[in-house]
Amino acid sequence: MSYLDNEGAPAWKAWLTTTDHKRIALMYLSLIAPLFLAAMSLGVTMRIKHLHGGDFLISAQTYNELFTLHGVVMIFMFVIPGLATVFGNFFLPILIGARDVAFPRVNLLSVYLFAAGCALALFSIVTRGGAADTGWTFYVPFSVRTGTDVSLAVFSVFVLGLSSILTGLNFIVTTHRLRAPGMSFHRMPLFVWASYATAWIQVLVTPVIGITMILVILERFFNVGLFDPAKGGDPLMYQHLFWTYSHPAVYIMIIPAMGAVTEVIPTFCHKNVYGYKAIAYSSLGIAFFGSLVWGHHMFTSGMAELADMIFSLLTMIVAVPSAIKIFNWTATLYKGSIELTPALLYALSFVFLFAIGGITGIIQGALAVNVFLHDTYWVVGHFHYVMFGGTGFGFFAALLYWFPKMFGRMYNPKPAYWAWALMFVGFNVFYFTFLVLGTMGMPRRYYAHLPQYDTAQLLASAGAFTMVSGILILAGDLVWALFKGARAPDNPWGGMTLEWKTASPPPKENFKERPVITSGPYEFNPGRRA
Amino acid sequence: MPFLLQASSLSVKTDRLFLASVAVCAALLMVVVFFIVYFCVRYRRSRNPEPVDVEANTALEIAWTVFPLALFLAVFYFGWTNFRYLRDVPQDAMVINVTGRQWAWSFEYPNGKQTPELYVALGRPVKLVTHTLDVIHGFFVPAMRVKVDVIPGRANYVWFTPWLLGDFDIQCTVICGVGHSRMLSKVHVIPEADFKRWYFSDEPVPKLQPVSARVPAAERGLAGLLRAKECLACHSLDGSPSVGPTFKGLYGSRQTVMGPGGRSQVTVDEDFLRRKLSDPQAVQVEGYPPVMPPARLSERELDSIVRGLKGL
Repeated sequence: MSYLDNEGAPAWKAWLTTTDHKRIALMYLSLIAPLFLAAMSLGVTMRIKHLHGGDFLISAQTYNELFTLHGVVMIFMFVIPGLATVFGNFFLPILIGARDVAFPRVNLLSVYLFAAGCALALFSIVTRGGAADTGWTFYVPFSVRTGTDVSLAVFSVFVLGLSSILTGLNFIVTTHRLRAPGMSFHRMPLFVWASYATAWIQVLVTPVIGITMILVILERFFNVGLFDPAKGGDPLMYQHLFWTYSHPAVYIMIIPAMGAVTEVIPTFCHKNVYGYKAIAYSSLGIAFFGSLVWGHHMFTSGMAELADMIFSLLTMIVAVPSAIKIFNWTATLYKGSIELTPALLYALSFVFLFAIGGITGIIQGALAVNVFLHDTYWVVGHFHYVMFGGTGFGFFAALLYWFPKMFGRMYNPKPAYWAWALMFVGFNVFYFTFLVLGTMGMPRRYYAHLPQYDTAQLLASAGAFTMVSGILILAGDLVWALFKGARAPDNPWGGMTLEWKTASPPPKENFKERPVITSGPYEFNPGRRA
Repeated sequence: MPFLLQASSLSVKTDRLFLASVAVCAALLMVVVFFIVYFCVRYRRSRNPEPVDVEANTALEIAWTVFPLALFLAVFYFGWTNFRYLRDVPQDAMVINVTGRQWAWSFEYPNGKQTPELYVALGRPVKLVTHTLDVIHGFFVPAMRVKVDVIPGRANYVWFTPWLLGDFDIQCTVICGVGHSRMLSKVHVIPEADFKRWYFSDEPVPKLQPVSARVPAAERGLAGLLRAKECLACHSLDGSPSVGPTFKGLYGSRQTVMGPGGRSQVTVDEDFLRRKLSDPQAVQVEGYPPVMPPARLSERELDSIVRGLKGL
């Protein structure tokens, strides 16, 4: 009996009180997917605005609220939780042969906290002050002085952070305690390694953002002066605290996507992963070094030059484990038997776009160049290559890969190919133009832009519209498949990991009998080795 | 602004590093893309139905760890040395206080003059010390490649030596409220003579001429000409050391040279400059590498450069 069966209970009760990790994953998906589309439409509105350099369509105040909301929703409600809560919740227990996560009821609590955090952020739009207009970074003293409802927005981040910590804790304990007999650490699928590394970052650094957000609220209500030089405080302390979380958060966003891609590539090459250990430990390397580079967001802030130097150096070092992953993914294709399915196409696009995100990071990580590029469209282009080209395409690849398993339905691959073409071309026209605009000196978060940027802004908007049409086609294809798709077999792709050894969709508690593990996760061709 | 317009001494250094790291990174990316595409074609299922499990090669893993690390560390190193240059203000820089508030800039010169737009003399270094009356702002002049956050309680600074006459955009780069995108100003680079005339007068702001009319014909765009001929890649205008001798104070100085007749002392005069510019390899100045390429100058360009160098 599939996990989707309510067993006679009313549907609302069966879903809202469930402790099944798979149902919780779908609850997350049902929250995250509409929020993603909503935040995307905010982005589209901004791209329409930039068809004109001056006053057009919306007011400057509305524009500032739009990019803040776009950032807050995308980052805290899609990119950070996206892969971990949807695919992590669904597949982490299955991939290690467990029946559920270690603390199923805590898991349910975390989805409720997540929903509450989302509701608070959306509620801030209609409160008296209106949506925050500070950018998702909430820099003081502007975030303390502005009349918009920053307090509610940062409190929502606090609540979302609690949810994230609980999920991370659950994953760490699950990975340590609930592995099937024979599942040693070096036999774990690499998505598990990635989720495990991510979970440590979530547990260790998320408290910092929680505290920082509370400090902003204290400043707004009681004017304590922690960040006010007139009272002996320092605005840079806020930036340090904020980025101590928010840079590692970048790796919370990207590592699970790397993990998902690492599952997709070997399956459609029908061969083992190249460099299993290198990929596994590079996730831990990223998690460690990624926690020590936050200062590269502050090279123009006037902090000590020694600090600038150290942060720049560490920034170069954190790029190395990512480069190692890229080389190993590429080498995995060697001597494979490659089926360019939609899932693999999105996964390889992830590799390409994430690589551009990485190298633009190297370029802007050089101190002198950073002084030029910081806070321009270059940086906006860079982090969209990482966050959307990386995590976004990784999310789509994971969705296309695991969709038959999660819902027991097959989707039509043709629209997924068309959607890919529109998204890939549109994405690059859009964000590569952003990189160019940055080198032309276009600052970010600008409602009005100077005439010299008109042409490039137009081109970027055209790319954005193309990309969005691709996203909508993909969404339509998957929604259609949800209701009308053909029944999926248990193992439609020929995968080797444990999720393909149970039914589609999986039964309650995942396996009829507890699996016993006797080999590594990717031994596709035990008879043919080189 | 034209793409990567270089209006200051800093801009050439920054751009050289920027373009070099773009080239290196793009090459690395192309290698990866080549292999992905090649493998997808060569090992497609219809052509290669029998996959093989390949064991990782430790030497290869080490190679592709160390190689990018070395490249990235090189990018870091040059980023750091160029950054030191950006932070190292010349002794003779004029100190101008920049104050940001929601949503305007103002500039205060050493003698107390205040302007809403910035006026600087061609070829003269300026140090801009930043203050804010309210929230954080960002002071950014793309053409000069300088940017600094303007933070309450902190006197941050940037410096640059403008070497192109013209009017360049100043833009705020840190979100500061509803007027953020209109918190704009200009840097006006004017000839030093015009700057001095204004500075010691009662005029509130200098009368701006069109850029083409800002200098007497004889001096028109010396810096521009030197840059166009790529002289400034190796020679500085402000006395800072580089590959070749600085132009500042070069005219009239004594130098030891190696020529066809052996080692000798010369005074840098008009005749020497003409000989050196016409055939750089004929005579070498001691203490500098013998690497100067032929300059390919017209008679008129040669005249303006020689005349211009006299005045530096």
